[in-house]
Amino acid sequence: MLLHTINKSPFDKNTFDICISHAKKGSSILLIEDGVYAVMKGTAYEGKVKDTMKDVKVYVLGPDAKARGIDDSSIIDGIESVDYVGFVELTANHDSVQSWL
Amino acid sequence: MGTISVNGQDVEVDEEGYLANLTEWTKEIGAYMAKADDCELADDHWEIISFLREYYEEYQIAPAVRVLTKAVGKKLGKDKGNSKYLYELFPYGPAKQACKYAGLPKPTGCV
Amino acid sequence: MSDEMMDEEGGVVKKFMYVNRKAPYGTIYALESLEVVLIAAAFEQDVSLAFIDDGVYQIKKGQDTSGIDMKNFSPTYRALEMYDVEKLYVEKESMEERGLTEEDFLVPVEVLGRQDMADMMEEQDIILSF
Repeated sequence: MLLHTINKSPFDKNTFDICISHAKKGSSILLIEDGVYAVMKGTAYEGKVKDTMKDVKVYVLGPDAKARGIDDSSIIDGIESVDYVGFVELTANHDSVQSWL
Repeated sequence: MGTISVNGQDVEVDEEGYLANLTEWTKEIGAYMAKADDCELADDHWEIISFLREYYEEYQIAPAVRVLTKAVGKKLGKDKGNSKYLYELFPYGPAKQACKYAGLPKPTGCV
Repeated sequence: MSDEMMDEEGGVVKKFMYVNRKAPYGTIYALESLEVVLIAAAFEQDVSLAFIDDGVYQIKKGQDTSGIDMKNFSPTYRALEMYDVEKLYVEKESMEERGLTEEDFLVPVEVLGRQDMADMMEEQDIILSF
């Protein structure tokens, strides 16, 4: 299955919407850089993220979230935070990576 | 970029002599830079230098001279928070020169 | 346009607004804007900052960039007051759709609805957009 990565804020670009409409059941999404703003609780995107999580496993790159002031307690429950090693492992565990830029 | 050697320690500086990496700063480096400008650092100088380092720690910025003067006045009193006092200590410009000895980058807005 | 004001030396004081619409680390806009504000502060104009869209993320509390090898410049927004830059406006709609409240910001701000923000922009002599 594919690992999708998103590095744009969902509020700034439509990258997030495009990605989730292409992510098939069983694939994974990793949010990096400004993409991490999608993982916060209480945003206008929370519902969409939770819907996506029914079919797709969602990860966030921890260092990018921390840099932007998003601590673990403000991340939507069920989203797994990974570090750079985890990022590499995810890449290795998927058939291919689609980076939505 | 260049390198200066202080007590056997090589530290990198930019083309204007400001320390490239502020975590490498030591008092010896500050004194060495001052000496190169023919300036002997006394307690009054060090007071401003440590003030600047604390300011940078808190705000991540080297203050412009106007802001430095105001902030020194608030912290150390009016007799020190004025340009006459600060220019006497650092004749090349208090923000510019003191920031250099403090290991900070050149103040934003200083040309 | 506002009525022109004079400073002590008789120079004309204009109303400058910096409009910030980008998140802090993904692009260079936020840092560039902050540096321009600090440099321009020396000219003693009537300066205000507007945080709209992802720009509101620039002043979010709790930023810690130690894991991404970039400078955390968010503490510098707290120095703006000493540069006599005291008017910081956040657009209410932008803040709310991002799940943020006034308490999430590291500096005191005035929260304005979109219409009031639009009026505020109309009052400016010069708008710089980042």
